Amino acid sequence: MLYALSPVQIIEVKNLFKKFGSFTANDDLTFDVKQGEIFGFLGANGAGKTTAIKILCGLSKPTSGEVKVAGFDVYTQTENIKKNIGYMSQKFSLYEDLTVTENIRFYAGIYGISRKEIKERTNILVEKLHLESVKDTLIKSLPLGWKQKLAFSVAIFHEPKIVFLDEPTSGVDPITRRQFWEMIYEAANNDMTVFVTTHYLDEAEYCNRVSIMVDGRIDALDSPKNLKEKYNAENMNEVFLKLARK
Amino acid sequence: MHSDLTPSPSALRPLRSTPSIKVENISKNYDKVVALDNISFEINKGELFGFIGPDGAGKTTLFRILTTLLIPDKGIATVEELDVVKDYKKLRKILGYMPGRFSLYQDLSVEENLKFYATIFNTTIEENYHLIKDIYSQIEPFKKRRAGKLSGGMKQKLALSCAMIHKPEVLILDEPTTGVDAVSRKEFWEMLKKLKESGITIVVSTPYMDEASLCDRVALMQNGKIFSIDRPQNITKQFNRTLIAIRSNQMYKLINDLRGLENTYSVYPFGDFLHYTSKENKINANELFEFLKKNEHKDVEIKEIEANVEDCFIELTKKAEGVQRRA
Repeated sequence: MLYALSPVQIIEVKNLFKKFGSFTANDDLTFDVKQGEIFGFLGANGAGKTTAIKILCGLSKPTSGEVKVAGFDVYTQTENIKKNIGYMSQKFSLYEDLTVTENIRFYAGIYGISRKEIKERTNILVEKLHLESVKDTLIKSLPLGWKQKLAFSVAIFHEPKIVFLDEPTSGVDPITRRQFWEMIYEAANNDMTVFVTTHYLDEAEYCNRVSIMVDGRIDALDSPKNLKEKYNAENMNEVFLKLARK
Repeated sequence: MHSDLTPSPSALRPLRSTPSIKVENISKNYDKVVALDNISFEINKGELFGFIGPDGAGKTTLFRILTTLLIPDKGIATVEELDVVKDYKKLRKILGYMPGRFSLYQDLSVEENLKFYATIFNTTIEENYHLIKDIYSQIEPFKKRRAGKLSGGMKQKLALSCAMIHKPEVLILDEPTTGVDAVSRKEFWEMLKKLKESGITIVVSTPYMDEASLCDRVALMQNGKIFSIDRPQNITKQFNRTLIAIRSNQMYKLINDLRGLENTYSVYPFGDFLHYTSKENKINANELFEFLKKNEHKDVEIKEIEANVEDCFIELTKKAEGVQRRA
């Protein structure tokens, strides 16, 4: 496999600092994320995750350090970054008072996809998600699980190189949750990079690699398997508690 | 082994004399949406009881009925022998309720919020300070801070203190750990364990299956129904299939390859492994291993594991849907 021979670094962060006055929110972060990787970005409330993600999405500039996302510089090429990423959060991802197809058309339109292409691919997507019977239904009347699967599909409709997911499956029933993770595996299998942040450590277990932030620094970065071995823990929750509570 | 769909008789029977909470055939609809579908259960005095289920299972509707904020369409519910409809005034005095959304006054300080709740219930902070000391002392250094400016974990502690300040006999907590980080979650469950020692009945809901093991008994809920009520360890014992955890270097392909096998009953991603069950009870790990090797999987690991609450929840969902389809 090509991937194994030459892993492409899709996110490159070197010595990233972000300060707000005397407060250091990101304290010398250095890490890479590979193309097609599912990367978990964890940390307690206030550890500095949101600050770092805003920088990676081109919404905020570092105080110092080098950061490249999809090959573009976060200081000077933020518009290029925005075109090459997708974003989905648990709290807000779709417009509740638009229908399924209106939401797809709206998001795809923002990313400049042609009407013809939107129309064709909307039909394919609706069929794939088994939403034929509700395609003209307002989002607000759909079950949470359906919304989340649709929100993910909409976030990657423009085929970004990286998709950022913020607590994608909290509150979703266990079966739908697993269908959601299968969609993530499928996207990663097609070489899309999936960047996940969550409080729920069982979501971290799905990732290829996981970083754990404590007080603005990355205190651990490895595969869940290696982290569990290293910290002699049964699951990622224990790993997290050992790091965050020390 | 009894049927997974009906709770075992011993689990339904209260362990001690009169139950703290008794619910019989409660239903509640919102227009055409069925929020609660004819549910019944009993919770013992002094029990730490969990309702586990995803968003939309009916947990909040049930809690609103138990706390007299919502009237059921059908059925009877009593808390400490008080009817939730007829005796609502008396009942409110003995209930502590922490709603899912942070509902304290954001522009009052920590201390003002607590004082407000104490006053409503004709008591004072001093009178019942001993009840909340362990929890409140952790946020007391910030007592002049506005509630809206607290961190998630601190808000939780304040909300719990406010729900406890009138010395309730029953404490009802709606998703207290949703949206807070793992450290605060753990601390919260430790607080509940301590509170339980005082003899108070605690009812808590959560969408997180891994919190089931922290309760004395749990009810698994979905779509307005209760699948199963039992001690967490008994629920996992009811799983009657051989469960195998498998992983390889290509997880997406692994899902599809396993689904292609004739004998496959279920394949679900579960963290860094897949959980696999077969239609047959005996699974030949060597055969599986050879099959995966032939399909170019590397770093294959196969092991038999014990089911967890989430495995059981999935199995119960599948069975309930099967029953529905046949019906």
